[in-house]
Amino acid sequence: MSVKKVYDKQPDTFEFTKENLVLAENILNKYPKERKKSAVMPLLYLAQNQNDNWIPLAALKYIGKFLSMPYINVYEIATFYSMYNLSPVGKYFVQVCTTTPCLLRGANEIVKACQKKISKNENTISENGMCSWTEVECLGACVNAPMMQVNRDYYEDLSKNNIEKILDSFMQDDPIKPGSFRNRKSSAPENNKINGNGINNA
Amino acid sequence: MLKQEDRIFKNLYNDLGSSLNDSFKRDDWSNTKELISKGKEWIINEVKLSELRGRGGAGFPTGVKWSFAPKKVGSRPHYLIINADESEPGTCKDRDIMRFEPQKLIEGCLITAYAVNAHKCYIYIRGEYTKEGEYLQKAIDEAYEKNLIGKNACNSGWDFDIYIHYGAGAYICGEETALLESLEGNKGQPRLKPPFPALVGLYGCPTIVNNVETIAVVPTILRRGAKWFASLGRPKNTGTKIFCISGNVNKPCNVEEEMGISLKDLIEKHAGGVIGGWENLQAVIPGGSSMPLIPKASCDTLKMDFDSLVAEKSGLGTAGVIVINKDQDILKCMARIARFYKHESCGQCTPCREGSGWMWRILERAAKGEATHKDIDLLSDVTKQIEGHTICAFGEGSAWPVQGLLRHFRKEIDKRCYSEPIIKKRKNIPYLVDQHLLEK
Repeated sequence: MSVKKVYDKQPDTFEFTKENLVLAENILNKYPKERKKSAVMPLLYLAQNQNDNWIPLAALKYIGKFLSMPYINVYEIATFYSMYNLSPVGKYFVQVCTTTPCLLRGANEIVKACQKKISKNENTISENGMCSWTEVECLGACVNAPMMQVNRDYYEDLSKNNIEKILDSFMQDDPIKPGSFRNRKSSAPENNKINGNGINNA
Repeated sequence: MLKQEDRIFKNLYNDLGSSLNDSFKRDDWSNTKELISKGKEWIINEVKLSELRGRGGAGFPTGVKWSFAPKKVGSRPHYLIINADESEPGTCKDRDIMRFEPQKLIEGCLITAYAVNAHKCYIYIRGEYTKEGEYLQKAIDEAYEKNLIGKNACNSGWDFDIYIHYGAGAYICGEETALLESLEGNKGQPRLKPPFPALVGLYGCPTIVNNVETIAVVPTILRRGAKWFASLGRPKNTGTKIFCISGNVNKPCNVEEEMGISLKDLIEKHAGGVIGGWENLQAVIPGGSSMPLIPKASCDTLKMDFDSLVAEKSGLGTAGVIVINKDQDILKCMARIARFYKHESCGQCTPCREGSGWMWRILERAAKGEATHKDIDLLSDVTKQIEGHTICAFGEGSAWPVQGLLRHFRKEIDKRCYSEPIIKKRKNIPYLVDQHLLEK
């Protein structure tokens, strides 16, 4: 269980935009009519995307009413799952994986670079307001370790030689292209030979 | 080495393209209607004969699981759930299937759903895989367009819909009943079993939950026959498996190989060898972080399949092979795994919620060399208090790696943890104070 801080400056109201209301109806259609509650997780994402990547308490109340479920249940879910941010994050939200497979390949260097370039402590927005960073548990790209997720994109095969340049690009609001930083093709072994039939045979 | 023609996931590295048309060239959807027309009994029986075991970690025979679903649909509809909540440290195979072989998964979903009488399928993808979810959604849309799924899917007479549901960063939602809770809009806390999901699952309806890889190999098994699949590997451990080799190797990679391949071949032929050479190997975690590690001495002859690894007191799990060489501090590595479990415990059962924190704190202390000799016995005791005393297998998953560490590296740990408890030096300290909170 992760400790979550609820932001102390909360907006008074929250409502879905017109476009998001359409999306919300589409989401509701995925689940049986009498099981509206199932839509709470996708709706929380929708609220988070609409509100600069964090969810205010007003949105939890709004979603509770939207799905006719008690506010406390929505609150429970927003605090249980680690991907719902209950306080603001930077425009570029850097999540560094530091679980063992990444640790073995030098995730500590990535964390150090974040401390140096973004902010000394995690979950603190940088002085220019662009970035914040946090350590997270395994992101499921272990053969491309060490790696980090920035907003929705995976940045893989990082090293201490290129990480500062990558972080600079976010700080300057000019994000670098995601993917492997050793020019690797997805999760294939590097420098492998290609067979006659064009299939990489590791 | 697995022969090229026996490879199921020919596009694992996206050399051949992942669109629907590219998939047609790899035989996907080539005779789905014909396979379905052979009937539910035949499909389930064929999967049973192939001895396919679940690829999500527990290794339960897939055909047997399917046969638990009620044969006739009663008052409640049946559901098929695909578990794509891939969060086990060291594992990243389902990600590549969803990115590069999505049609295999979708076709597998249709066939499985038909076999277990389900018209609706939810694919539960971990929240971080938004991009992969988008690829998969695109593939699903393509399949709908060609009427491969939807009303009267593939002209088979079976109506079938697939929906994607995203998780939100909770490891425990990979446990099938926690996944169902999460899908119902609750906190992801596992349910007591029995009743098993096959009878009482999503919304109280019969539900079959399977891993992505398990479902994605089903069409190929039916197409090429159970005999072909069973001829790979050895009895009860058949077929091919995607191994994810990470950690201290020269070329970390995902690779599809025959079950029962030797660990040494896997690391040396596919992953470019251990950094610093085979002799520099310290230990291997063979099946994702929940499985106990195996020291170098046993690695030389180790075969990678379910039963061989159980004989070594470990397990194949998800086949996420984490290689640790001698340059690493094994205690630090395991302390980090313990921190992972402390972070991810859902908090429902006390032994796991509290015990995972205990294990992490003691291991952190031990890694810093601050633990006392009594701490290590305490650690061993804590792991036994967790194991078997929790609702789901997370308790075992967190306790086993620590037990493995104590089993194989006890000497090294004892060398570093020899100090006397501080309480013995300063007698005026209240009895119930936790050691590590005291000033030294």
